[in-house]
Formats: sequence, structure tokens, C-alpha cells
Amino acid sequence: MAIIKMEQVVKKFGAFRALDGIDLTVNPGEIYGFIGPNGAGKTTAIRILLGILRATGGKAAIFGRDAWAEAVEIHKQVAYVPGEVNLWPNLTGGEVIDLFVRLRRVANKNRREELIERFALDPSKRCGTYSKGNRQKVALIAAFASDAELYILDEPTSGLDPLMEQVFQECIQEVREAGKSVLLSSHILSEVERLCDRLSIIRRGKIIETGTMEELRHLTRTNVVVQTAEPIQSLQEIAGVHDLKINGEEVCFSVDSERIGAVIKYISRFEILSLQSTPPTLEDLFIHHYRDEGG
Amino acid sequence: MRDYFAKTSLLAKFALRRERLRIPIWIVSIVSISMAVACSFPGLYPPGPERGILAKTLENPAIVAMIGPNYGRGDYHLGAVMAHQMLLFTAIAVGIMNILLAVSHTRRDEERGRIEVVRALPVGRLSSAGAALLVLSFANIAIAVSTASLLGLLGLEGLDWPGSCLYGAALGVSGIFFATATVLIAQLTETSRAALGLSFSLLGLSYLLRAIGDVSSEALALISPLGLILRTQAYVNNYWWPVLIMLAVSILFVLLAFRLNMIRDLGAGFITAKPGRKTAPPYLRNPLGLALRLQRTTIIGWAGGLFILGVSYGSVFGEIDAFFESSDILGLLLPGTAGFSLTEQFTTTLLAVMTMIGMIPVLIAILRLKSEEQQNRTEHFLARAVSRLTLMGSYLIVSLSISILAPFVSVLGLWTAGSSVMAEPLDLKWLLKGGFSYLPVVWIMIGAAAVLIGFIPRFANFIWLHLGYTFFVIYLGGLLHLPNWMRKLTPFGYIPDVPLETLGVVRAAILIVMAVILILLGLAGYRRRDVYG
Repeated sequence: MAIIKMEQVVKKFGAFRALDGIDLTVNPGEIYGFIGPNGAGKTTAIRILLGILRATGGKAAIFGRDAWAEAVEIHKQVAYVPGEVNLWPNLTGGEVIDLFVRLRRVANKNRREELIERFALDPSKRCGTYSKGNRQKVALIAAFASDAELYILDEPTSGLDPLMEQVFQECIQEVREAGKSVLLSSHILSEVERLCDRLSIIRRGKIIETGTMEELRHLTRTNVVVQTAEPIQSLQEIAGVHDLKINGEEVCFSVDSERIGAVIKYISRFEILSLQSTPPTLEDLFIHHYRDEGG
Repeated sequence: MRDYFAKTSLLAKFALRRERLRIPIWIVSIVSISMAVACSFPGLYPPGPERGILAKTLENPAIVAMIGPNYGRGDYHLGAVMAHQMLLFTAIAVGIMNILLAVSHTRRDEERGRIEVVRALPVGRLSSAGAALLVLSFANIAIAVSTASLLGLLGLEGLDWPGSCLYGAALGVSGIFFATATVLIAQLTETSRAALGLSFSLLGLSYLLRAIGDVSSEALALISPLGLILRTQAYVNNYWWPVLIMLAVSILFVLLAFRLNMIRDLGAGFITAKPGRKTAPPYLRNPLGLALRLQRTTIIGWAGGLFILGVSYGSVFGEIDAFFESSDILGLLLPGTAGFSLTEQFTTTLLAVMTMIGMIPVLIAILRLKSEEQQNRTEHFLARAVSRLTLMGSYLIVSLSISILAPFVSVLGLWTAGSSVMAEPLDLKWLLKGGFSYLPVVWIMIGAAAVLIGFIPRFANFIWLHLGYTFFVIYLGGLLHLPNWMRKLTPFGYIPDVPLETLGVVRAAILIVMAVILILLGLAGYRRRDVYG
């Protein structure tokens, strides 16, 4: 059974369609990436999953239960970190962590202390004095200190420094090893690339791509840098070659993934001295989707 | 020096634009209520000997404590009536407006990081505070000028131009006083909530000092800005010196505020928080624990304030008896309810007033749920295993508890002070029974707030407008002879004159059932609607 299942979920705010028929499935043990530009509908989708917003149409379920009607039952097994963590300025970080952990009724004192240490948080300071990153740490510590089945993380690392980003990724690995599922919405594409098994790209309230990194790569182009003994003749006329640039000896271009064999065969006639091919990064994928389809 | 205030006028224009609705609404409401009341006077106080007798009855200490001393002793013409009955309350309304606006343009902007964004631009260090003061001065001058000119234009008997100008100036300068005092306080505290709390305490203290001072000590009344402003004796003797003193003090406040703003760090205050606990205390384990913890200071502060309010009113009791003993005729003139002393009848008004003031923390408690949502903090609960019923229920429990605590402490204060100054002290049980008779309508107000939060959270603050209306009708209704239907527009109008009369079981039951229905409706709405944070 899928951990998260969204089917044709629609959310309207007045006349504005924030979500326009979203389908999303997260399987057990999966780390699922959810990417898209600002205002695409990531947070709205997550809030519907959490039963904070009510879907205008379609079905949203977690653990096979209705996300709106059975929110409380579902949340006993869910840990959530919001994108923008707002806390009570006059409570300390330690107090807030304890409150959040207790709301779940499973307290693990050692885990709390360990995480506070790993994330290097001073729990005696009041939340009003914390920076964005420190407030995020409070939410992350509270989330990872709870033994949840599903972690919903909405841009959890946007304020963390690289060291803390590392700690975060370790925590995700531990969660993966324990067989838990994660829905990770993020802007940091290298993070999604490193951590996620599958991912969906959302744009203007619609999912426009879903699959593993491998599957998505096939949808786009590979970057090639090549040096040949003889100059390559009329490369731009070969089908599937794009963005051709010639810097003296070095020739750079990108090639549609399904045409790569034919293109390499053609180049090899000109005696290859060196050849570098890099698979598209998520960043390329992302930009490809947004630029080509008019953002 | 010019650098400190670079681009102040531009920021002031921007601040005016942000307040393009709020400031005009405040000004229009304040000025139009003043005009409406002034226009009602010719009908209420026709010239003749009754006016002199009425003026005498209004010198009774109970009334003096409520609305201030009567300076129109010789000739209670309409100008004297206006200054006596309206100046204090209008000045308080102007004070409230200034406190709210001043905090939102200083400490709240700073707390939300908005001043940081502005400060990073080529603007002066004092420009934000300067712009806030400029805008508020502008608003207060607008109130002063429009009140003065409209009152003068009415051309009513006794409402002459010199008096109207002074009346308007007195209002404007009270506003400027509270604006500058609030800007100064905003430099001291670290949070906007604390700034609001301290500023309103200052306003409350001013009222109490004036009440006690007007009855028993001129010096005490002069310390209070509200007492001072009544010493203008507008339309009677037209003294301008209180206005000048208030202005001088305001300028001092401004200089001090600028100085403190210069030497402190952005975001910091002078009353700083000490490091807190690393772990949560045991009670902080559910939304109720948090709701209580968040409002702890508010609850304690209000409990103390309500007790002092009761004490101030109670301390007047002794004077009332003495006043009526000294003039038998007045005792006969005032329509009395058979078998009750005037002190006891005065208690009726006091209980209503204390209940309405006690409503403020009750409403603050339930409306906190809405402000928590606005600041994206309810999602921490709703995303965890907390149902919406539990969440709203927690705030309802806090609000309902305060509704019971509030009459208890204020009545206790009234009784404590009263029994120390009176020959025959009032019965505490009798007083408590009267105070608690208002509970059903207080609960109806909680229910109304819950319905607003459950269905149209954006308009939840409208409940304050209703409380303001209730205050106007109940506090000044008798004095201004407002028609009875105006009383019936607020649930308070359905409570008889407790403790002289009793709230019948049937009526109490009906009111309680209505309150329960409203609260359940609010809960149902909150369960169904989208939560925005």
C-alpha cells in the first residue's frame, strides 16, 4: 500500500487554481523529491496532505486514510518540518522541542540530546533571538526525535549552513535505513539528487514530470566536451545536437539522450583525442523544463 | 544630524499609505461620536433651573470618579456639559488609537524584520521612529482641528470658539502624549506585545490616578495626564497651561526615545530577557499548556489591574455616603430604587463597567488563536496529532477561565477597599452574585468571537468594535439618555440592574444556551475551514 496517494487533487482559492489535478504516490521506504519553483503549489499540496487545507476536489490519502477526515490519527505517525518555521519568541528552543515531542506522546530523551548536540543548537535561548537556520534546527530536531513512519519536509534546509546540511543528510540516511518514508520538497537540487529515489516536478499546480533520476535523465540531454585531431565537419546539422560551441580545439555541445549513440559514431570519424560526457544534473532538467515551457 | 533623519518624509508618506484605512476610520469615528453627542445635548439639558440641580448631583463623588470633576458649577451650559461628560472618554479613545498605531509602526515593524529592510536602505537611523511620530502627530492634529472647528460651527449655546479650540487641542495633545510615551516604551521592551502591555498599563494607571485624585487629591489628579487634561476646564475657564505641560512632556519623551533608539542595537531592548530553561516544564505538553504559558503574563497583569480597578472604585464608596449626608435635598432628588442606598445603586454601574473591562482579557485569550494562525504557528499543532477541536477548545478553556477569574478579582478589590472606608460594608456574597450575573453575556461574547474565528477569521477583530459600542452604550447611555433599543443591540442590555435586581433562572438559562450554541457553532466552523498557517 502506498504511504502517500494523491489523485487528481484540485485546490482553488477563489478563482485561482493553486493545484490543478495533482497525482502523487510515495511508496513505503521511499525518499521522494518534490521540486518546483516558488508559487508552483508545493506548500499547498503539503498542507492538503496535512489536513490543514481542504482539497476542492480529488483524493489525498496517507497510510490509506483520508488526509482531511482522519488527520489526527494520521499525524500520530507523521513528522513535519514547515518551510518557514515560526516559533513563539518568548519560549526557549528547548521548551518548544519538548512541547513538539510530547504532542506525539513518544518521548526519547537520549535522541533529543543527541540531535541537539549534532545540530549544535543552544536550547536555552529564546526563539525570538534565533536566526532562520536555528528555528529550522528546532523543527528538524523535533521531527527526527520522533519515531515517525513518514517525514514531510518542506524546504527544510533553506537556512542551514553546509555543515548542518551534512547533518541533515545523515539524518535522512538514518531514516532511510530504518525503512521510513520521506517527502522532501526542496530548492536545493543537488540535495534532492543525492537523497531521493524518485521525484516529481510541479509547475503551475500541475505535476509535469515524475520518475527516478535515471528516467528523467532520458528526457533530456547529455553534455559532451570533445577534442578531435581533425575539425568536426558540420556537426550542427546532425540531428539531436544542440547548443554547439567551439573553443579552438575543444567542442562543447549537448545531445538528446536517445541520439547519443549516433552522434558519437559520427564524431569518431574525426579521431577523438578526449571525450567527456556528463549526464544532465537535476539543475539542467529543471531549467530545461522551465525555460522551454516558458516558466 | 540631518543624516539621522534622512528620507523621513518619504517613510512618513509610506506609513500614511499603509494606514490609509485605519487612521481615517479612527478619526471619523472619534469626531462623529463627539458631534453626535454634542447635538443631543440641547434636547437633554434645556435651559432652566433643573440644569443647576443636575449639575449639583453630578458632583457626587461616584460620578466624579467615573467621568471627572464638574467645572460648570455656576452655569452648567452645554459647553460645560461637553467638557465634563465627553472630554475624558474621547481622550481615552484617542489614547488607545495612538498606542495601537505607535506600537505597530515601531516595535512591531522591528520585530517582524521590516525596519531592518528599511534601515539597509540609505535612510537615517532615526528615520523610522521619526516617520511614525510624524504620521501620528498628523493624525492627532487632524483630530484636534476637525473636532475644534466642527464643535465651533455647531454654534450651540455655550460651545464658543475659544472653548472649542481648547477642547480640540486637549484631545490632540492627549493623543500626542500617548503616542510619544508609546514610542519611548517601544525602545525599552524587546517585543511588541510587551510594548502594548506597558503602554496600556500607563493609560489604565492614568485613569485610576485621575479617578482617585479627582475625588480626594488634586495633586494625584495632576500627575495623571488624563487628570491634567481635564484641568483645561474647557468652555468654562479655558486654561491652556495643561496643554503646554503635556506638549513639553511629549517633547521630552521624543528626545529620550530618539536618544535610546540611537544607542541601542536594532531588535534589542533595554528590558532584556535572561537565558531560559533548556527543557520544558511538565505542564507544557499540550495546546492548553501552551495557551496558558503564552498568556501567563497577560493573565497575571490583568488580574492585578482588575483588582486595582475594584480598589479604586471601592475607595470612593466612603465619600459617596458623606456627600449625600451633607445634602439631603440631593438624596431626595435622585430617583432611588426603594430600599437601596445610593451607594448600592452606584454598585450596579460599577459592576457593569468592571465586567466590560474584564471582557478585554477574555477576548484577548480567544482571539490569540487567530493571531497564532496568522503567524503560522497553529500548523505546528495541526501537523501533529492534535485535533482542531482540542486546539480551539484549549483557547476556549483559557478564555472561559479568565471570564470567571475577572469578576472575582475586581469584586474582591471593590469589597476590600469599600469595607475599609464604609461604616456599613457591603456584603461580599451579594457583590459576587451581582458580578457573576454577567457571566452568561460574557460567554455569549466568547461565542461570538468563536463564530468569527470559525467562519471569517479575517473579521475576528470586529468583536472589539462591538465591545467598544457596548462600553459607549452602557457607560454613557444613562447620562446621554440614549434610547433603549441601543441597549438591546448588545447582550449586556439583557442583564437587569444587578445586584439590586436578580437575573432570573429562565433568562440566565436562555442566555447560557445561546452562548453554548455560539461556541459549538464556532467549533464546527473551525473544524471545517482551511487553516492558513
